Amino acid sequence: MKILVAVKRVVDYNVKVRVKSDNSGVDIANVKMSMNPFDEIAVEEAVRLKEAGVATEIVVVSAGPTQCQETLRTALAIGADRAILVETESELQPLAVAKLLKALVDKEQAQMMILGKQAIDDDSNQTGQMLASLLDIPQGTFASQVVVTDGKASVTREVDGGLETLALTLPAVITTDLRLNEPRYVTLPNIMKAKKKVIDIVKPEDLGVDISPRLKTIKVEEPPKRSAGVMVADVAALIEKLKNEAKVI
Amino acid sequence: MAALVIAEHDNLSLKAATLNAVAAALQCSPEVDILVAGNQSDAAAQAAAQIAGVRKVIQIDAPNLADQLAEPLAAQILALASSYTHVLAPATANGKNVLPRVAAKLDVAQLSDVTKVVSPDTFDRPIYAGNAIATVQSSDPIKIITVRTTGFDPVSAAGGSAAIEKHAVAADAGKSAFVGRELTKSDRPELTAAKIIVSGGRGLGSGEKYQELIAPLADKLGAALGASRAAVDAGYVPNDYQVGQTGKIVAPQLYVAVGISGAIQHLAGMKDSKVIVAINKDPEAPIFSVADYGLVADLFTAVPELTKALG
Repeated sequence: MKILVAVKRVVDYNVKVRVKSDNSGVDIANVKMSMNPFDEIAVEEAVRLKEAGVATEIVVVSAGPTQCQETLRTALAIGADRAILVETESELQPLAVAKLLKALVDKEQAQMMILGKQAIDDDSNQTGQMLASLLDIPQGTFASQVVVTDGKASVTREVDGGLETLALTLPAVITTDLRLNEPRYVTLPNIMKAKKKVIDIVKPEDLGVDISPRLKTIKVEEPPKRSAGVMVADVAALIEKLKNEAKVI
Repeated sequence: MAALVIAEHDNLSLKAATLNAVAAALQCSPEVDILVAGNQSDAAAQAAAQIAGVRKVIQIDAPNLADQLAEPLAAQILALASSYTHVLAPATANGKNVLPRVAAKLDVAQLSDVTKVVSPDTFDRPIYAGNAIATVQSSDPIKIITVRTTGFDPVSAAGGSAAIEKHAVAADAGKSAFVGRELTKSDRPELTAAKIIVSGGRGLGSGEKYQELIAPLADKLGAALGASRAAVDAGYVPNDYQVGQTGKIVAPQLYVAVGISGAIQHLAGMKDSKVIVAINKDPEAPIFSVADYGLVADLFTAVPELTKALG
């Protein structure tokens, strides 16, 4: 079984972004970029499926500027076999990414697609579901466990209030939640080995996909600030404030 | 120019998040219909018909809709979508699961987690864990929207008298099947609907301490239980307790953060709470920058003391 994993290069989760003074967006010049954390979990899951003998090949894909090759190298160092970069400097929205991925899935004939449930920059939580829809195949989103047997995937999902389990006929799309696995640390020998692996570069037009954005960002602003409150001396003072000032208990 | 709201329900009752989504829909269009797709969902459909401001309820019953699977549910929404300019669902696990499927098939963008309707084609939504608010405009003929419930005051669940129209089920390929569900059993209020939430973080040190300290305080306050991602990662509590960017977004009347440092990802999920209390031994913890009342103390003595004093 061939698995296709999609990874996104995003501002590192430890960075607190700043809104640009002209309100055109957030300032990402000279900030640390990393692989989207949920995508790291997706790569790890694919590698574990290969180690378990379920998967035979892992193709990792990213879409964006040329620097996404660094993100792909990280995925190759975790254990993906080869990589494809859909290179573009243009803004990519989830629907466009889903279309690019669909074109690659059609070409690669992958049986399972694993994506992070959401990217921590635009927080959209759309691409996996859109890809499944475009491919007319089932989806198991927000997965905390994936078991593959006899052409079916049993996917346990994190839902409001608990867990639910679905049986999906492959091919299918899985999106990862945080408890699916704990990604391994990348070792130096594996980083060296990853340098020898192949990254193919294609352009959106090679895939015949129109990536023009559908949503226009009019402005980006700081959220309203919450003013800092007061420090209380002890538990008694806290209860007094909650009862008489805030009146919430 | 009408809006369709996808009801959040379990066939027997309507979930409160539906009311916030209807509120957002009414700001997009004066004509709002509700889709109740389920199985033996009469009770939920009747509850939907009572919601103030709703024009009509469309009810579709079929066995494969009982569990809100994304594939058959998306097929029902697609069969109706062409009559609407807006399709909305609350940004719950179900809403997030199904609506992008609908958007992709319609070849339109989705607007996720909308917090404000600026005009029928322009919306505010948080990005970067709520550290920035983007105002975005859609040029697509149908706007597909998930609604961040904390951004909209709910409409009244009573006072409406919409007609219920039963529709035939649209076909689905049947490539997904529901196997089972394991819901956390609790007599406590649901996290996203609670008036008071008590959350614990890594400062607690263990799942045992969470149960020993946080649960009794929550019981005294009639509160729901929450947690930071760090506490979930450390295995103290299940992931459905998680409040934050990648967990649940909450805005209760009172949010009590115990042993939570206040990473930006956590603040993203709770900073719209009306009153925030933070208890932490580190006076430099970022949680204090958003707290209305901060108590620098050892939580292992302060929390039992607080629970006891609330008698």
